[in-house]
Amino acid sequence: MINLETPRKFRGLIAQARQVAGQYYRPISRKYDLAEHDYPKELDMLAALLDGMNAGSPESAGARTSKRQSSEHEEGVRNGSNLSTCLGIMELCWGDVGLLLAMPRQGLGNAAIAAVANDEQLKRFDGIWAAMAITEPDCGSDSAAIRTTAVRDGDHYVLNGEKIFVTSGARAGAVVVWATLDKGLGRAAIKSFVVEHGTPGMEVTRLEKKLGIKASDTAAIRFSDCRVPAENLLGNPEVDVAKGFAGVMETFDNTRPMVAAMAVGLAKASLDRARELLQDHCALDYRKPLLSVSHAEAQLYQLEAEWEASRLLTLKAAWMADNRLPNSKEASMAKAKAGRMATDVALKCVELCGLSGYGEDELLEKWARDAKILDIFEGTQQVQLLIVARRLLGKSSKELK
Amino acid sequence: MLMQLQGRALALLNKIAGAQWPDRLRLRKPIERWLYQGSKTSFSLMTQRGGQSRPRPASSANPSGLFDLTLSEDQRLLQDTLQQVAAELLRPAAADADHNARCPAELRASLAELGLTHYGVPQAHGGLADDAACVTGALLTETLAHGDVSLALVSLQGLSVANLLRRFATASAQAQWLPALLTENAPQIALALAEQQVLADPHRLRCRAERKGKGYVLSGSKAMLVGGAEASHLIVSAYADGEPALFIVERNSAGVSCRAQPAMGLKGAALAQVQLTKVRVPQAARLTDQHFAYQQLLDVLALGGCALAVGVAQAALDYVIPYVNDRHAFGEPISHRQGVAFPVANMAIELEGVRLLLWRACARIDQQQSFTREAYLARLQAEDKLMRIASDAVQLLGGHGFTQEHPVERWYRDVRGFAVLANSLVL
Repeated sequence: MINLETPRKFRGLIAQARQVAGQYYRPISRKYDLAEHDYPKELDMLAALLDGMNAGSPESAGARTSKRQSSEHEEGVRNGSNLSTCLGIMELCWGDVGLLLAMPRQGLGNAAIAAVANDEQLKRFDGIWAAMAITEPDCGSDSAAIRTTAVRDGDHYVLNGEKIFVTSGARAGAVVVWATLDKGLGRAAIKSFVVEHGTPGMEVTRLEKKLGIKASDTAAIRFSDCRVPAENLLGNPEVDVAKGFAGVMETFDNTRPMVAAMAVGLAKASLDRARELLQDHCALDYRKPLLSVSHAEAQLYQLEAEWEASRLLTLKAAWMADNRLPNSKEASMAKAKAGRMATDVALKCVELCGLSGYGEDELLEKWARDAKILDIFEGTQQVQLLIVARRLLGKSSKELK
Repeated sequence: MLMQLQGRALALLNKIAGAQWPDRLRLRKPIERWLYQGSKTSFSLMTQRGGQSRPRPASSANPSGLFDLTLSEDQRLLQDTLQQVAAELLRPAAADADHNARCPAELRASLAELGLTHYGVPQAHGGLADDAACVTGALLTETLAHGDVSLALVSLQGLSVANLLRRFATASAQAQWLPALLTENAPQIALALAEQQVLADPHRLRCRAERKGKGYVLSGSKAMLVGGAEASHLIVSAYADGEPALFIVERNSAGVSCRAQPAMGLKGAALAQVQLTKVRVPQAARLTDQHFAYQQLLDVLALGGCALAVGVAQAALDYVIPYVNDRHAFGEPISHRQGVAFPVANMAIELEGVRLLLWRACARIDQQQSFTREAYLARLQAEDKLMRIASDAVQLLGGHGFTQEHPVERWYRDVRGFAVLANSLVL
C-alpha cells in the first residue's frame, strides 16, 4: 500500500529531536561556529540524555542503531531504524549539522561498527565513540586506492599510513581505519580496523580549519607501526577477491541516506528562516500558478519542491534498507540529489534575503557554508553520479571511470 | 443490485474474451490474470457489502500508517498487463498517430475493450474504483504513457471523465452519467477546461454561464481539448453565479463550433479548440453544486499531467540507456564517458524524485488528506525536470535524436505540452 507519510510511531521521536535542535543546538550554533576547535562541552550532557532515551526506546535514533536488525522477524513491510534515524537526523540538522557531527558516540565509525561488526565485537565496542578514517592525502573519493597498510604479526595487525578528514578524529575514543592487507589484491584486501585512542603509534597530527561545520573537528591522524589487536578487524579477515569491496562498501548503503537526511534538515532550516524574513513580501499559497507570483515567491516554491523531492528520495533509500532491499543505487540517488539541493537551497536563501542573509546576525550564511560538505563527504556528488550511472548502464568501474 | 454488478463485470470479461487482438499481441494470459484478480476483488467487496458502496474511514487505506512503497497485488498485475499493452499496442502505433494527427479507430476500439473506465466508476455504479483509486490511476497512466502519451490520453478519457464525475459531480449527475460510461455505446466525453491566454490562471476563467429561464447560456472559448472533434459531449468549466462550475454540453448543440488545433506535439491526441456562442443548456447540465471543490479539480488535473509526463520521461530514459551503450565513438561505447553517463544518472534521479512526489500526492488523495501543496510541488518538479529529461534524451542521441528515426524528438515535443497534459486527465 503506497504511503509516503511519516509513520505515526516515529512522531514522538521526531518531536524530541526537534526540541533538541531548537532548544539545545540553535542557541549554541553561532558560538561554536566562531570558536572552531573548541569542544562543545554542552554536548556531553545531551549525549548522556540521548543514550538514556535510546536505551529506553525501542524505536531509537542515532548512528549506532542504523544496522541490519537480524533479530527482527516482522511480517510484511518494515519501518525500522534506518528510517527513524534519517527522520531524527533531519530534525537535528534543522538545528545544526556541525553539532550533530560532534555528538559523542554518534560518529560514522559507530555506524560502520553497527553495520559490519560481529556479535562479539558489537558487545565489546558498545558505548564507544568511533570516528571513521578512510581518506588519505593522495586518495579521496577513490577509496580503493588507499595506501595505509595492515600487516598481520602474531595476534596483532601493524598499521602504517596517514589518514585525513577524520570527523571527530581527535575527540572520539576510537577510529575505524580502512587499511589494505595486500596492495596487490586491490579492493578485496581493504579491511576496517577499530583503533582506540592511546594505542601506541597513533598520533593526531593536525586539526583542519574549514569553510563550515566548525563545531565538528576534522583531524589528520598518522599511524606508525601501530599495533592493533587482530580481533579489532571488523567483519571477515579473509581476502575474498570475488566479493571484493562489498564488505566495507555496504556501510555506505546505510550512511549515505543519513548524510542525505542531514542535507534535508539543513535545507529546511534555511527555507524556514528565509520564509520568515520574507513573510511580508511573499505569500505561501499553493493555489497560485507559478507564473502569476513574484520572482522571489516563485523561487521559494521551487526550492521547496526540490527539497521535498530530496526528502522523499532519502526516505525511500532508508525504507529499502529497513526492508533489506538492495539500495546502493537509491542511496546514491538520494545523496546526489539532497547534497546538491542543500547547497543550492542554502545559497539561494542567502541571496533572497540580501544583506540580512549574508550577515552573521542570521544563521543563513552559516548554513550556506555548512551545506557544501554535505555534497562532498560520504562520496562527492560526482562519485554518487558514477555509482548511479554504473548501475543504470550496467558498467564496471573499469569501463565507466 | 449485486447480480447486476456481477453481470456488468462478466459482460466486460466476455467482450475481451471474444476479441481477436489480445491473441495477436500475446496479451491473452496477462489480461486473463488481471481480470481474474480484479473481478475477484470487486466481487468479494460487493459480497461483503451486499452491493452497497459505503465510504470507508480514512484510516482503512493504511491501517498501520507505515511508510510503504509496495504496490498491491492488484496494482502489480494491472501494471504488468498495461506494460505489454503499451509496448505491443501503443508504441508501434505512435509514429503514425503523430504523423496523421489521430488515433486509429481500430486501436481506439481495442483500448476501449480493456475497460479501464471501470477503475474510475464506483462499485455502486458497476465499476472497480476502490480506496487506492488515485495511486492506481497514476500507475496505469504512467504505464500507458510509456507507450505513447497521446494515445494514452485518448485511451484514458473515459477513466478521466469517470474520475471527474466520481470526485466532483452531484449525486444526480453521477447517477445519470457514470453507469452510461460503462455501456457498449458509451458517450464520448471530452474535457474542455483550459483557456488560451498567456499567464493563464484557472481562477480567472473567461468562460461564463448565465442563468436564463430554467437553464444556462454558455459563452467562451476552450483550447487544446483531447479528442474534441470526435466527442459526443463536452465537460466545460465556466463561472456561473460568480463561482466555478462544470457543465456537460452536447457537442452538436447550437452555438458549439469546433476546429482542429494542431500544436508542437501531442498530435495523436487530435487537439481541438471549441468556441461556445450562447449555447443553451438545461439546469441538469450543471454537474456541480455550490460545494464544488474547484481547487481540488485543478490539483488532480495537475497530477494527471505529472503521471503522463513521468511515463514519457521513463520511456526516454529506457530508450537512451541501450543507445548510449551501443553507440561507439573514439573506440568505446559513449556511455563510458562521464559527459554522457552523468546526464543519464541525473535523468534517473530527477525522474524518481518526481514519481515519489506524484505518489505522495495521490496516496494523500486516497487517504482523504489535503493534497494541494503536494500536487503543486509535484507539478513544479515535473514541469522542470521532466522537460529536461526529454531534452537530454535528444541531446544524448545527437543528430540522430533530432530525426524522426527515433522517438525522442516526439517525446521532446510531447513533454513541452505540460500545460495541455495538466488540463486533460483527472486522476
